[in-house]
Amino acid sequence: MDLVRFESFYYRYKGNEEYALNNINLKIEGNDSKFILLAGETGSGKTSLIRCMNGLIPQFYAGFYRGKVEIQGKNTIETSIADLSTEVGIVFQNPENQLITMNVEHEIAFGLENLGVSPKEILSRIKQTASLTEIEDILDKAPFELSGGEQQRVAIASILVLEPKILILDEPTALLDPYMANKIINLLQEIRREKNITILISEHRLDLILPFTEQIILMKKGIIVEHDSCEKVINGDNFQRLRLNKPVIFSIFNQLKKENLYNKNIPISISEAIKTLKF
Amino acid sequence: MIRMAREIPLIMMKEIGYTYPNGTRALKNINLNIFTGELIGIMGRNGAGKTSLIRTLNGLIRPTSGNIYIKNENINSKSIATLSKIVGIIFQNPFHQLFANSVEEEINFSLRSLNLSKEEIQKRTDQTLLEFDLEKYRKRSPLNLSGGESKKLAAASIICRDPQILIFDEPTLGQDAKEIEFFINLINNERKKRKTIILITHNIEFAYEYIPRTILMTEGQIIADGSTKEVLNNEFLIGQTSLILPQICQFYLALQELGLQEINKISSKNDMTDYLRNLIKNKSSKI
Repeated sequence: MDLVRFESFYYRYKGNEEYALNNINLKIEGNDSKFILLAGETGSGKTSLIRCMNGLIPQFYAGFYRGKVEIQGKNTIETSIADLSTEVGIVFQNPENQLITMNVEHEIAFGLENLGVSPKEILSRIKQTASLTEIEDILDKAPFELSGGEQQRVAIASILVLEPKILILDEPTALLDPYMANKIINLLQEIRREKNITILISEHRLDLILPFTEQIILMKKGIIVEHDSCEKVINGDNFQRLRLNKPVIFSIFNQLKKENLYNKNIPISISEAIKTLKF
Repeated sequence: MIRMAREIPLIMMKEIGYTYPNGTRALKNINLNIFTGELIGIMGRNGAGKTSLIRTLNGLIRPTSGNIYIKNENINSKSIATLSKIVGIIFQNPFHQLFANSVEEEINFSLRSLNLSKEEIQKRTDQTLLEFDLEKYRKRSPLNLSGGESKKLAAASIICRDPQILIFDEPTLGQDAKEIEFFINLINNERKKRKTIILITHNIEFAYEYIPRTILMTEGQIIADGSTKEVLNNEFLIGQTSLILPQICQFYLALQELGLQEINKISSKNDMTDYLRNLIKNKSSKI
């Protein structure tokens, strides 16, 4: 069974004439965990695509749709958002918008309580998740007392505790300083190793994320223009053409390649660049 | 740019301190001079005091100690309304400053407090919409703009007032390469008009490439002030402020470890490309 499956899916928001999503066909297999980057210029439909994966589109956002989206075989139009939330966990850009209780521990317990999980199980899961996301020390604090990086970790913990099969993050580091952004990216690596789940992340800071990325979904004007391995996408024409914030190291080697001075795959990290230069 | 030895700074901050009512000391003994026409970056971790610092410039925050002079006048007694004609702040989240029913109205409103004639207001509104490529959204609600477009409108609604000092809080956040290019053109244009521009940013690569002078803040204090290339290339300072080295600097440190020489002059993407180009050509083979 596929983890995520879009079949000829179209969607436009109420009041807009343009399709935010235009004939989307996407398959993410569920057999082993992956780290997937969702990239595209602003307004290319990344957030809309994410909203489809837990049924927010079309159940919450009014609009017109056609086609089918299935998560673990469950149709997102017929399945309740609450039910889908055990399969798909989404962390949105601004954690403030999704933190609602008066203390961090309640925040993390909230989702589980609503799913009717036993108190004993809730406590054990909170303990495990808090340790993974390094928030044990702030469990009794109020979310509004926390720094941006702490809030983001709490938001991730509150989703992770539901043990979704896929964790989706919409620009999780946008509001963070470089140090905190790195910390969140490392945390995601850790989560993937520990939980063996697929992580899908939409992110503008490509220099941070590309070294860990295995697959890239590239979007343009509501269309998925490419979905392939990181290496293939990076070295392809679509990536070349899109106005993304490409890492400095990419721009340098891309220029050398254009001048026919370099003919291997373009490196995306310093260590890769150094490897290609050992001659 | 040549600066006359006796030029008086446009902005002078003298021993500025600010303590929030709950006792948190957000700013400690800040001394800072900024000259007319400068483009200056403020960097540091979340909570370092960057936003507090810029808020003192238009009176949103009144320092609890020290004095600020703009054009050699103490701004302590000047109202926010007066100061906002000289100092325009474009905040991180455009929706905190957009509130009108249409894009046109947003610009119109912003101009209304400047004592201009109706005709002049309309003329400037039209001109601004054109300059910012917002003409096609004239009648649209600001709430129905994309993230990038709303950031543009927020900037337009401040820049149309023609303030001498422009301050942007995280202007490149969430922007793609095309939008960042638009922003770079925008600040280049404003600099031609001798505007003084201050940017708060976490975007190290952007700062390294485009901002000549950077101040680093940590725990409410300025810990470094100098040329961006030197500041961001200093591993000690980077460690103190939990930033990371720009990719170019990381790259040449790694090249240095390989034993490659003469790379100390590299300070931009183009320099690095030139260096590698020569390296490859001299080896007369592709790498």
